[in-house]
Amino acid sequence: MSAALQLDDVAIRFGGVQAVAGVSFAIEEGDFVGLIGPNGAGKTTLIKIVAGLLRPERGKITLGGIDVTDDATAARVRRGLALTHQIVRPFREMTVLDNVVLGVGIHRTASPFRAMLHVDRRRESERAAHILSLVGMAGTERKLAGSLPLGQMKRLEVARALAVDPKIILLDEPLAGLNHTEASRQVETISDVQKRGITVILVEHNLEEVMRICRRLIVLNGGLVIGDGEPREVMADPVVHDAYVGGGMATHA
Amino acid sequence: MSAYEISILSIVGINVILAVSLNMISGFCGQVSLGHGAFFGAGAYAAALAMVSTASVLFALLAALIAGSLLGIVVGFASLRVRSDFLAITTIGVNFLFIGFVRKQAWLGGEMGISGIPATGLGASGNMFMILLFAGATIAFSVYVSRSWMGFAFRAVGEDEGAAATLGINAGAYKVAAFGIGTALAGLAGGLYTFFTQFITADAFDFIFSVMLMAMVVIGGIGSTSGVVFASIGLTLLPEAIRFVNDYRLLVFGGLLVLVIRLAPGGLAAMVRNLVIRVRGT
Repeated sequence: MSAALQLDDVAIRFGGVQAVAGVSFAIEEGDFVGLIGPNGAGKTTLIKIVAGLLRPERGKITLGGIDVTDDATAARVRRGLALTHQIVRPFREMTVLDNVVLGVGIHRTASPFRAMLHVDRRRESERAAHILSLVGMAGTERKLAGSLPLGQMKRLEVARALAVDPKIILLDEPLAGLNHTEASRQVETISDVQKRGITVILVEHNLEEVMRICRRLIVLNGGLVIGDGEPREVMADPVVHDAYVGGGMATHA
Repeated sequence: MSAYEISILSIVGINVILAVSLNMISGFCGQVSLGHGAFFGAGAYAAALAMVSTASVLFALLAALIAGSLLGIVVGFASLRVRSDFLAITTIGVNFLFIGFVRKQAWLGGEMGISGIPATGLGASGNMFMILLFAGATIAFSVYVSRSWMGFAFRAVGEDEGAAATLGINAGAYKVAAFGIGTALAGLAGGLYTFFTQFITADAFDFIFSVMLMAMVVIGGIGSTSGVVFASIGLTLLPEAIRFVNDYRLLVFGGLLVLVIRLAPGGLAAMVRNLVIRVRGT
């Protein structure tokens, strides 16, 4: 069976800086992977490459065995990839429900002219309301997304990602900026997502939570993979330990 | 109905089509276009040439629609390459290019324009009814689009292209579609204008006219079909009703534009909405 996501020798350079220097790994369906590393390790750049926001100078990206290296973000989303942004990007002028309905209706918006032929949103609205209740946002449907506090906006990001019915979900720092209670609630939501059979890749600075919920860790440093495996074993590796201490990254434990 | 009233109602109908079609590009999809006059002109010239060669109203309208949308789709593709402020500048450039090109083409009548365009045979009243019929159809189409999934996706693209892409929406395709539809309707308005005047020159489609159309959209309320319809009717009739406004048309439009952007960015539509909320609240 093909890997849910596979990267082969992916690299990108910005001017004189080799941000990602030939990264290869495969993630199996249903896995729960933490992608970590000190600041400047290349995590966000790699996530942007996987999401189709940056084009690598070399390498290949496959989703479920299909080469998507040349595909734009929207095309990758239609192949089952979903992502949340590190800095939340809700449609502020739309209601919370409409933010999610738009994702649920991904089959309606495949082409502008197909979209023009359809008006009814009842089925999509029911499904969107269900997704909002799954992420603990029931009762907020009619609020303007721009009026939500950060904690709820972060959950709305997860709800929108779930709305496109993904096979694999990239979460870019979903806990950043949240207080302890909000972060715990968000972690619960993310765990529930993975239990639904969705492959999860979590980029997060909160190492305590990453260690607690991820089954596998991939550690980046200097644009290279320096550790890959079971979280405790990976963190016990002296190379990873040195990168952490050298990178000034501390656990929250 | 007097000839004057017929001509005013005809101009109102044409301006409604133009403002509503511009609202589909700039209001629904968030793509700032300051060159709508060029698409209007492309339709007018295409219809004029079609009428001169075939005298077929249907063929002329079809030619106007196609000419407007073809030029619009080209600009739509350009919109994929530039950000919003540069798109505004690009569309201004398209408007100037159009005027410059038309003025130098002998087959388009050059500076003198095209005159002696055959009449539709419907008479002034018939033309007016045709224009108002198309204006009504354009309004209905705009309301339909805003309620459809297309309008829903347009709003997402207009607010944040990157976020729309993460929901599987191909922003580029929607931007080209918005330009294609909006400019086809502008071309149609051009065709109707040709039937109405039977004489066209490039000056009727200049940049100042494009800015006046944008003023109608902004004053009415960007994205609101009803607001834009009211603003386009009001701003077309105002210079006819008040002599001062007619004498200082640009000054009045410019002043209104500045006032709306400063005091009520949502335009007439938002003012009415806020008023309704306030009345219901008391």
